[in-house]
Amino acid sequence: MKYTVETILLGIGAFLALVGAGFAEDRFFAAHMWVLFFALFGGTIVLMRRVDFRPAFAGQAPRQEYFDEVVKYGVIATVFWGVVGFLVGVVVALQLAFPDLNIEPWFNFGRVRPLHTSAVIFAFGGNALIATSLYVVQRTSRARLFGGNLGWFVFWGYQLFIVLAATGYLLGITQGREYAEPEWYVDLWLTIVWVAYLVAFLGTILVRKEPHIYVANWFYLAFIVTIAMLHIVNNLAVPVSFLGSKSYSAFAGVQDALTQWWYGHNAVGFFLTAGFLAMMYYFIPKQVNRPVYSYRLSIIHFWSLIFMYIWAGPHHLHYTALPDWAQTLGMVFSVMLWMPSWGGMINGLMTLSGAWDKVRTDPIVRMMVMAVAFYGMATFEGPMMSIKAVNSLSHYTDWTIGHVHSGALGWNGLITFGAIYYLVPKLWNRERLYSLRMVNWHFWLATLGIVVYAATMWVAGIQQGLMWREYDDQGFLVYSFAESVAAMFPYYVMRAAGGALFLAGALIMAFNVTMTILGRVRDEASILDAAALPAAAE
Amino acid sequence: METYTAMRHFADSWALLGMTLFFLGVVAFVFRPGAKTAANQAASIPFNHDVIGSTPERHAGGNPQHTFPHAARKED
Repeated sequence: MKYTVETILLGIGAFLALVGAGFAEDRFFAAHMWVLFFALFGGTIVLMRRVDFRPAFAGQAPRQEYFDEVVKYGVIATVFWGVVGFLVGVVVALQLAFPDLNIEPWFNFGRVRPLHTSAVIFAFGGNALIATSLYVVQRTSRARLFGGNLGWFVFWGYQLFIVLAATGYLLGITQGREYAEPEWYVDLWLTIVWVAYLVAFLGTILVRKEPHIYVANWFYLAFIVTIAMLHIVNNLAVPVSFLGSKSYSAFAGVQDALTQWWYGHNAVGFFLTAGFLAMMYYFIPKQVNRPVYSYRLSIIHFWSLIFMYIWAGPHHLHYTALPDWAQTLGMVFSVMLWMPSWGGMINGLMTLSGAWDKVRTDPIVRMMVMAVAFYGMATFEGPMMSIKAVNSLSHYTDWTIGHVHSGALGWNGLITFGAIYYLVPKLWNRERLYSLRMVNWHFWLATLGIVVYAATMWVAGIQQGLMWREYDDQGFLVYSFAESVAAMFPYYVMRAAGGALFLAGALIMAFNVTMTILGRVRDEASILDAAALPAAAE
Repeated sequence: METYTAMRHFADSWALLGMTLFFLGVVAFVFRPGAKTAANQAASIPFNHDVIGSTPERHAGGNPQHTFPHAARKED
């Protein structure tokens, strides 16, 4: 392969980063440009070492097979960033319990926490979404990925975004918008990568040979298009200088807050829900080898989810300066959202109808079923918490954090693990995974970890909420804020323990996936034999 | 009228009506006659092309040859 143009562009980019570092307005921007310079310079060297001097084949036949190489890279990146993100999560959990673990200035909770959220949502989840979407769209469109090497640009461009975002947080560069912390120049880069992603994905759908667009692609497309819209609008900002790291939002006051939570909640809705539902609609039917329970329900699921989710954001701003009607609107749409969510959950679960035995015999199916069950649980809890009366107790407490994690670890995490376990043997042409029993271990470690985490946070959150609102008969608050913080200590330790269980499961997965890629097969008793009950033998 | 007010009134009248009608249209379309056959065909798409270029084998009636026990059971 020749990458002449790519190499030259990377070299120019590295030079511009160096210039940016030299003329930077502030030291944060300079440090960030040095990071960018080394990343791009390293990339240039790698590409130059891959120059192939053999003459290009004049009559080379166009490649006919699916473009799976980039999916393989995406799967490896998903596993890698997953382990990193979960590890950082355990670290921040311990920082809350033991404040001495805050190491100034780079590893303070305030800097490491966005590192954790971005690593799990955008690095782990984002890579999982990009890799699976590129895998699924080719197979359900019967066409090779559109745009040739565009897939490579999307993959590496996205990794560069992750590296710039992560190093930015540790350096102290942030625009202070939750889940949208990267500053203006990193946002611009992500926009370019995202448009390339849209072109590759939509292009494949446009050149498809299958007349119908499978429902998973609808969900993926909704995710890509909506995230583009949310990202651009929420990050509208004016940089102070084109060679500086600081920018100011185009909005102010309550408009700024609403824009942020319109973004924030729909990032949950379209990044963590629509995209992962696409995975559910492809990988569960594939793993249980039967079509989705009701295809027509999946279409109604899609349109009702799309129509309702976009309005739910204001429930993050109950009892604030946001107009009352907007708060009520957000609450009502959040409650209505419960129905399409459960329609989708039932559709995913019922796909197993007639094959329920696979929950017992196939740990990958078990993982996927547990993921959908957590989806159902989180999409019940969410609407309930958006009701104003409940929210007055739950908001700003650790209950919210517990809710997010039962959704993110339980639903997004487990469905991604299931998809990875399905994909790795397929992509690397292995007969099976290195070990199915390790999948079982991963399943139980992850599930127990989430249960410990979520249950602890319920207790912690409700206790916090009650302590904050406790008045005595003279109208004075009973507890100071610091007292409610001190009361959280045992819960924070238990929460870290739950997270550590989840991390241990992910480490087992990383080992299992690595061994499968290396082509090893563990000598182990089949799960099927062990699971057969004596009474069931006929 | 200022732009904000004009857009806001458009959004909560005609735009809302248009979106509601579109949604109801989608639901009606899903339940049109013959939609079940089309949906069953579409549901089998993931099982047809694990290898590129392989064409799904369909009966003359348009149904994929690869049928599933529970898909058949649902039609009972």
